[in-house]
Amino acid sequence: MSGTFVGMPAFPDAAREALGDTQLRRNLAHATRTIRDKRARVVAEVEDWEELRLAGAAVKEAALRDLATHLETLEASLTAAGATVHWARDAEEACAIVASVTKAHGVDEVVKVKSMATAEIGLNEALEAEGIAAWETDLAELIVQLGDDLPSHILVPAIHRNRAEVREIFLRRMGAVGRPAPDDLTDEPAVLAAAAREHLREKFLRATVAVSGANFAVADTGTLVVVESEGNGRMCLTLPEVLISVVGIEKVVATWADLDPLLRLLPRSSTGERMNPYTSTWSGVTPGDGPQEVHVVLLDNGRTRALADDVGRQALRCIRCSACLNVCPVYERVGGHAYGSVYPGPIGAILNPLLHGVADEQTASLPYASSLCGACFEVCPVRIDIPSVLVDQRAAVVDSHRGDRVPKPEAVAMRAAAWTFSDARRLRLAERASGLAGRVLGRFSRTTLPGGRAATGRLPGPGAGWTGARDLPAPPEESFREWWDRTDGGRS
Amino acid sequence: MRVALQVTCVNDAMFPETGKAVVRLLRRLGVEVDFPQAQTCCGQPMVNTGYVDEAVPVVRTFVDAFAGYDAVVTPSGSCAGSARHQHSIVAERSGDPALVAAVAETGPRTYELSEFLVDVLGVTDVGAYFPHRVTYHPTCHSLRMLGVGDRPRRLLEAVRGIELVELPHASECCGFGGTFALKNADTSVAMGADKARHVRDTGAEVLVAGDNSCLMHVGGLLSRQRAGVRVAHLAEVLASTEDDA
Repeated sequence: MSGTFVGMPAFPDAAREALGDTQLRRNLAHATRTIRDKRARVVAEVEDWEELRLAGAAVKEAALRDLATHLETLEASLTAAGATVHWARDAEEACAIVASVTKAHGVDEVVKVKSMATAEIGLNEALEAEGIAAWETDLAELIVQLGDDLPSHILVPAIHRNRAEVREIFLRRMGAVGRPAPDDLTDEPAVLAAAAREHLREKFLRATVAVSGANFAVADTGTLVVVESEGNGRMCLTLPEVLISVVGIEKVVATWADLDPLLRLLPRSSTGERMNPYTSTWSGVTPGDGPQEVHVVLLDNGRTRALADDVGRQALRCIRCSACLNVCPVYERVGGHAYGSVYPGPIGAILNPLLHGVADEQTASLPYASSLCGACFEVCPVRIDIPSVLVDQRAAVVDSHRGDRVPKPEAVAMRAAAWTFSDARRLRLAERASGLAGRVLGRFSRTTLPGGRAATGRLPGPGAGWTGARDLPAPPEESFREWWDRTDGGRS
Repeated sequence: MRVALQVTCVNDAMFPETGKAVVRLLRRLGVEVDFPQAQTCCGQPMVNTGYVDEAVPVVRTFVDAFAGYDAVVTPSGSCAGSARHQHSIVAERSGDPALVAAVAETGPRTYELSEFLVDVLGVTDVGAYFPHRVTYHPTCHSLRMLGVGDRPRRLLEAVRGIELVELPHASECCGFGGTFALKNADTSVAMGADKARHVRDTGAEVLVAGDNSCLMHVGGLLSRQRAGVRVAHLAEVLASTEDDA
């Protein structure tokens, strides 16, 4: 009972459609501005924020540099603490492990803590195919799941919905999968949250198996950490008998002390809170307390591929805070669905191609879904230079087409431009031609730009992408270069 | 001090008045710039679209043209950013140690106009006169790639006759983004429409920025809307005097 990103069109087409959704535009503009203002306020309170960013980046970088060792330490610590460790190369293996552990307990449902890793591998759909219902218990994930919708944000997956829409979804869908919403449900946030609480409570109390991810995994103590705001995670992590955690291998840090900068960076960057409300940590099994059977699925699913990328590797530092989404001018206007992945926004535009390669057209369109304005890098708590990785992934896209028998028109144009720009004499000729064109275009122009300069008319072909919405000045009759020659740099 | 003007390909071919303004302004401040004829483009259009191999000869042309100068001044935050932060990527990819060494020489000596005026020449009052209501858009690469901070603002504040009004949400991208403006034209225009709206809200007559490519985009939208706002490069404002009024 949820949608799928499979078969999504490439970004420009998906974005075009999203841009026409006025309700979406309004919801996103309001929500992203609210979160980013809140973040800016609480970040400004921290005097040594830049040092903290450096410390956070250093911790993650050190963990990634020696990833294999830390993972083996983690496995040993977890095993010693009574947990069972599984290794999953890809989504299919990970889903199969979760399904088999669940089935071994003879149940047909699990409760879930919000988790990007399980969303990434399509766990809910895989379990559904095995006859197991996976109930999302995070409020926003619940909204998405009940609405047969797709997540559009890493932290707040229902950011594209407003409260009127949430009310409608609750009224229409809750009854089919459990306790219905009360008939007199209003769109007051507190009333909606209360309805969700009632609906979820029976699932928490009934569940035998819970599924989570982890924000961090501490190698030397074998501790998993989940950071959440609603308490639903705490319920899932403590009530059910069995706990299965699907953890990306990049979540490992070496020591407990390494959590320090990360747990300070994360809440301020993500929800704009000074401190995180519910931080749960557990190390394997504690007899008589919490889950008595603990499974940890360590997931690769493209992470070693990303790790092998010299420039892109830094994307594995990501702690999924979403600050880059909230400041991104592209994300703010098109929303998360246009990215065709559970990882949208600037981080998604680099993470998806790094994890999966750029062979398919949809993923190959993602590195171009940015104006390279750099706002994402500025706010990233672990200093991922997203613009540089975007540019590098664009190069990966172009390189993957170097063997094409028929080059794309863009490649032909770029090669022609590069040829022209490789020699000033060629550029001079091109400018002379453009000056002549300008003379003609200027003469026939029926548009004058503010200030008096003539505009070109509407251009055909790729130029229509520009002149469809923007006037364009007609090229000047004389280039700067020719002016310099003619006047000796304005001296004569 | 030997100073070269890197006029940029966009200004050379489309906005020569900006280049002339830089020459006039610097001459007034006692700096004679050279215009090395071998210059073409910084290579950014290729690099940012993913054509790094294609950018190699372009970057080579750049460093050859500007070798031996103490400072290279460019009226573009974006092109300065390209020289300072991207040329090394292109050079590394070329595998040519001579090019790697050359870009390490040229890059740090390349200054965006406001940096050159404030940091190198140490002036903020350039003796300009511009009696118009103006709002200033800090372009992304000048702001976040170079970190020019409030230098352009300080220069504008010292202009006589100017009425400088704050642009709401100034640091947000205008949506130009190089080939982004064509590859994702709809999103680019949606971003630009919001920027144009903020510009109109200021009641300014002139929108000023340090990059003509961004101004071509926002100005193109403003023009299409018949908004009654013209765009002008920072250099043109700073070059203006009572004689132009």
